[in-house]
Amino acid sequence: MIRLGVPSKGRLMDKAFDWFGRHGLTLSRTGNDREYAGRVEGAEIALVLLSAGEIPRELAAGRIHLGVTGSDLVREKLVRWETKVETVARMGFGHADLVLAVPQVWIDVDTLDDLDAAAAQFRATHGHRLRIATKYHRQVREFLREHGVADYALVDSQGATEGTVLNGTAEAIADITSTGETLRANHLKVLDDGLVHASQATLFRSRPAPWDAAARREFDALRARLGTAN
Amino acid sequence: MITPEDRDRAAAILARFREAGARPVAAEILQPAGTLLDLYGEDIRARAFTTQDPLAGEMMLRPDFTVPVVQAHMAGAADPARYCYAGEVFRRQESDPDRPREYLQAGYEVFDAADPADADAEVFALLHEVLAPWRPVAATGDLGILIAAVAGLTTSPRRRAALRRHIWRPVRFRRLMERFTGRSVRPAKRAALLAALEGVPPEDLVARAGTMVGLRESGEIAARLDALREDAAEPPVARSEADVLDTLLTMEGSMAAAIGPLRDMAVDLPTLGPAADRLEARAEALARRGHDPAALPFAPARNRTAMEYYDGFTFTLSAAGRPDLAPLGTGGRYDALTAVLGGGRGVPAVGGVVRPGLLAGLAEGAR
Repeated sequence: MIRLGVPSKGRLMDKAFDWFGRHGLTLSRTGNDREYAGRVEGAEIALVLLSAGEIPRELAAGRIHLGVTGSDLVREKLVRWETKVETVARMGFGHADLVLAVPQVWIDVDTLDDLDAAAAQFRATHGHRLRIATKYHRQVREFLREHGVADYALVDSQGATEGTVLNGTAEAIADITSTGETLRANHLKVLDDGLVHASQATLFRSRPAPWDAAARREFDALRARLGTAN
Repeated sequence: MITPEDRDRAAAILARFREAGARPVAAEILQPAGTLLDLYGEDIRARAFTTQDPLAGEMMLRPDFTVPVVQAHMAGAADPARYCYAGEVFRRQESDPDRPREYLQAGYEVFDAADPADADAEVFALLHEVLAPWRPVAATGDLGILIAAVAGLTTSPRRRAALRRHIWRPVRFRRLMERFTGRSVRPAKRAALLAALEGVPPEDLVARAGTMVGLRESGEIAARLDALREDAAEPPVARSEADVLDTLLTMEGSMAAAIGPLRDMAVDLPTLGPAADRLEARAEALARRGHDPAALPFAPARNRTAMEYYDGFTFTLSAAGRPDLAPLGTGGRYDALTAVLGGGRGVPAVGGVVRPGLLAGLAEGAR
């Protein structure tokens, strides 16, 4: 039997249930609200309710066959994520962009080219590297390496990241934003080419999960339902 | 895993390095992360293991010996000096799970200003000798040539400094060259900013731009606006000079065959003259030690992305027919690193390491 991991609470869970519902699969929680169990009607699929942040790990370990989570979480938590999971369907909700933002008053900085030049100048002036506050270390580091940006330091920020510049603990930030409202309120602007990753809720398939004949049949049927058969 | 046989092999190599006149040195496995981060930038986090010490703060498991050995030397030892070491280094493997995360390195480092060309040849020849039973395939490079070419470009000091800073980052280097040769289009937003700067003091523009937040002050923003304005007025780098750089980046042949073309290119970029002299002196030094420069593969930009501190001669010694294997030996010149770690006082330095652990699976060549 296929095990499907879905976020256990909140809007992500509701929207995931709706999404499967639109594709003819009725997902529901069983028991009371505190019990993390569920069922799927009309398919040989076991529903596993998990925190969205744990789903990448469970997929990589092969403990669930399929899982719904943000594509940003998969990229952040799994090294070489493509080798561990496969994207089955982008689900069209839970949109969140991971962006690089700098103070609005930096009128000389619009692009990564500028950020790199400003970082060199900053280090020469202040004697330490330009600090970028973020929670998404791996994605930001890989993005900046790919674009050859140097002389920056990532500083860890697990919350209220937009406020770090105002509070003097960072010069720039890399954070998830859905509207840009908070950025503006904190006098920040997104770099023109500063989109690190456009995340959305995504249905992933675990590569290492035990895919026996029955599981494969079930998955093919599901794919046909989702209209993403290949 | 590091086997007892690997350790024996490392000990034998170390003994040979001592015989060659090097003094054995030790280095702590736990290195302060700050120095390495300042040197390599955040990229080192993808390559080194980080750990936390409750008192000393962030530490890294020694990713190589060069930095601690240079630090120890710059802290007060007299030149010339020759050092050797053998021990574990630790590397994160994010892309290839089959590569080892801990392995032995045996190294030999020379701090000697007397005859850099001969010191280059000394290190190369010694590592080659140690690996001779496995018939290593040599390949050489010289990042000093690229650096010399950049230093000779007819353009602003600021542009030369930007290129020099990104010698080791091919993507950004290329983008900078596209911009400096006028091949990339100026974004509309930048054109608008430059127009707004016409006849207006940059400080005024910054003052009107909004709330100051963060450590980067208005004076710094204004200074960079000035720099942008000056750069916009800078004529593009001449095609002939850019062509020389392109040629250098793709040039491949033997070391002996590179000297003539370099001298020809020095007509367009005279700073290449001294670089060609250094290459020729090194070729002669290698020949004296029994390595024919006409048979040594050479590409100036080789090992450009290997380690950010090489700024002159570079070499690799690889197992024949095993492109899947990391080089058995690597080395190069890192003069600038000694100045960075020596607080401005630099000393010409060159060194190399052998990986004893790679030798176990290789058959010794038929001699």
